[in-house]
Amino acid sequence: MSSIKYILGLFEDPDEMMHGIDKLQENNISIYDVFTPMPIHGIDKKLGVKRSRLDIVAFICGITGTLTGFSMIYFMLVMDWPMNIGGKPNFAIPDFIPITFELTVLFCAFGMVAAFFFRNHLFPGRAPRVMELRATADRFVIAIDANKGFDPSKVDNLLKEAGAVEIKHNDRKYVSYE
Amino acid sequence: MSSHHESILREPLITGKNITYAKITDDVLMPVENKPNKAWWIGFIVAAMGACLWLFAVSYTFWNGIGAWGLNKTVGWAWDITGFVWWVGIGHAGTLISAVLLLFRQNWRNSINRSAEAMTIFAVICAATYVVSHMGRPWLAYWPLPLPNQFGSLWVNFNSPLVWDVFAISTYFSVSLVFWYVGLLPDIAAIRDRATGLRRRIYSILSFGWNGSVKTWQRFETVSLILAGVATPLVLSVHTIVSMDFATSLEPGWHTTIFPPYFVAGAIFSGFAMVQTLLLVTRKVLGLENYITMFHIESMNKIIVLTGSIVGVAYLSEFFIAWYSGVEYEQYTFLHRFTGPYWWAGSMMYGCNVLMPQLFWFKKIRTNIAISWCLSIVVNIGMWFERFVIIVLSLNRDYLPSSWAMFYPTWVDISIFVGSIGLFFTLFLLFIRVLPSVAMAEVRLLVKTSSEQSKKKLLDEGKVKNEEAEYYVESLEKFDSVQQADYVKI
Repeated sequence: MSSIKYILGLFEDPDEMMHGIDKLQENNISIYDVFTPMPIHGIDKKLGVKRSRLDIVAFICGITGTLTGFSMIYFMLVMDWPMNIGGKPNFAIPDFIPITFELTVLFCAFGMVAAFFFRNHLFPGRAPRVMELRATADRFVIAIDANKGFDPSKVDNLLKEAGAVEIKHNDRKYVSYE
Repeated sequence: MSSHHESILREPLITGKNITYAKITDDVLMPVENKPNKAWWIGFIVAAMGACLWLFAVSYTFWNGIGAWGLNKTVGWAWDITGFVWWVGIGHAGTLISAVLLLFRQNWRNSINRSAEAMTIFAVICAATYVVSHMGRPWLAYWPLPLPNQFGSLWVNFNSPLVWDVFAISTYFSVSLVFWYVGLLPDIAAIRDRATGLRRRIYSILSFGWNGSVKTWQRFETVSLILAGVATPLVLSVHTIVSMDFATSLEPGWHTTIFPPYFVAGAIFSGFAMVQTLLLVTRKVLGLENYITMFHIESMNKIIVLTGSIVGVAYLSEFFIAWYSGVEYEQYTFLHRFTGPYWWAGSMMYGCNVLMPQLFWFKKIRTNIAISWCLSIVVNIGMWFERFVIIVLSLNRDYLPSSWAMFYPTWVDISIFVGSIGLFFTLFLLFIRVLPSVAMAEVRLLVKTSSEQSKKKLLDEGKVKNEEAEYYVESLEKFDSVQQADYVKI
């Protein structure tokens, strides 16, 4: 085995990259990951990436906010210290709605974003695990794990045929470490 | 998806030749990666002087109490709440552009959402400083929070719109901040991967380790969509609650059921005007004419005339209801806006908000940059006077003629207001220096579908029906960033 760890196909054009994915898949070459400077619609289906379940997280967090807000106000205004305000009822549901709503939104937004950061290991100061520096600017990169036993020259040819402008054989996984 | 061509009948969202993904990155990061020019320094120094004035005036207020302002026993709210509502209203456009237009799949938002969201955040900061300084004793700012306290937990009154406001504004600020920052991550990563040395380290920390893999983008898209979905009702609720600060009182001129929709429309109106004020300058100074095109300017002007007219209808309903109610105090409040000692403020409000934006019905005016910019300033002034009229003119002559009084601002009032504008521009100018002012990742999505060059390619290849091509070329005439000569031969 050579010291090549990853084969990267760099594309200038997202459509050509999608074409490259098709080519590789036709030849049963598994793709490690794809790095792009913008979201590519339909790529998750093509690569068999399951749909995100963050919407479920968002709903659970939101409903938690709803319950928290409503029960907090209920506890404070109705149970713990009911106040006589002009003889009006303590359990005034319409007055509870604005803050209940705000807390729903607050919990939903923060809970969902926290889950997103947690699942994708995004947090301030994390060393970026980048395989190709131009993948955040103007290159659409397909990464193939070279240790899976594919013939590197065949992979190269397939990528070139699909229109890759550059092919890199990286001997380490991440180029972003100094 | 990126290869799907948009209908030729739609105007391009990016103009210019040879727009590649690399060029977008270079163009947008130009101000971030280079030393600022003279125009930026002049703007920044002026704005920073304003911010210093603000700091001094607010410190003076904290030291001496709000007696330093021109308030009296009749007019207990004046420039402070005017400034607060004005800034909160301005903030609304950012969320509207980023959230509502995302839900409606309006792709022209892609190149203006970033700076509009930044503007939202800075405007809400300015608004929040007003609230804190208006407390008089800002070190007790935690009092409206439901915290256990020395009275054996006498809780805050959740029936009060002022408490709702605390929750609404703080939720709005934090959710907008999160929305803005999540959107920034891919663009900060782009700066990081081009930078070296210390800059690279700093942007590396700020980028949270973004790498743009398939799963990251997939989750990013889900998060953006859901955040937009919750931010949309949020932004409507915030100004609704601000309006309830007034509407739930028994003050003539405030006690009005139309206030929530009227305030929301006014907020969008003033917010778009401020976006227009900022972007017309930004696009010129940063050379972003190809990304923030005449189409964007015209669209925003259309929203300004629409929301301005909604505000106009709200004004009319207020007059009608005042007359129809038969309540003489209510009727007097509205007559007083034209005949009282503050007739000039009333005229500014109705003139700047209802009459002047009607000029935008003319296409010549909508597509004229200088006039659009002046009118956006006029709208900003008008919306400040709207809040001033609602607040001060309702208070200064209400029920008892013996307690009628006038409000005169002191130098502290004026300094805080002028200073808050300085603070706002200081933050905005710093923003365009250190962070990308256009959402690059989102603009890249438009290159292959709705850019001028992709449409021109279709024209050149003769894939378009003749009458459609004519219509399209005609629609390009208004663009200042399109080489008209290219289209003569078609």
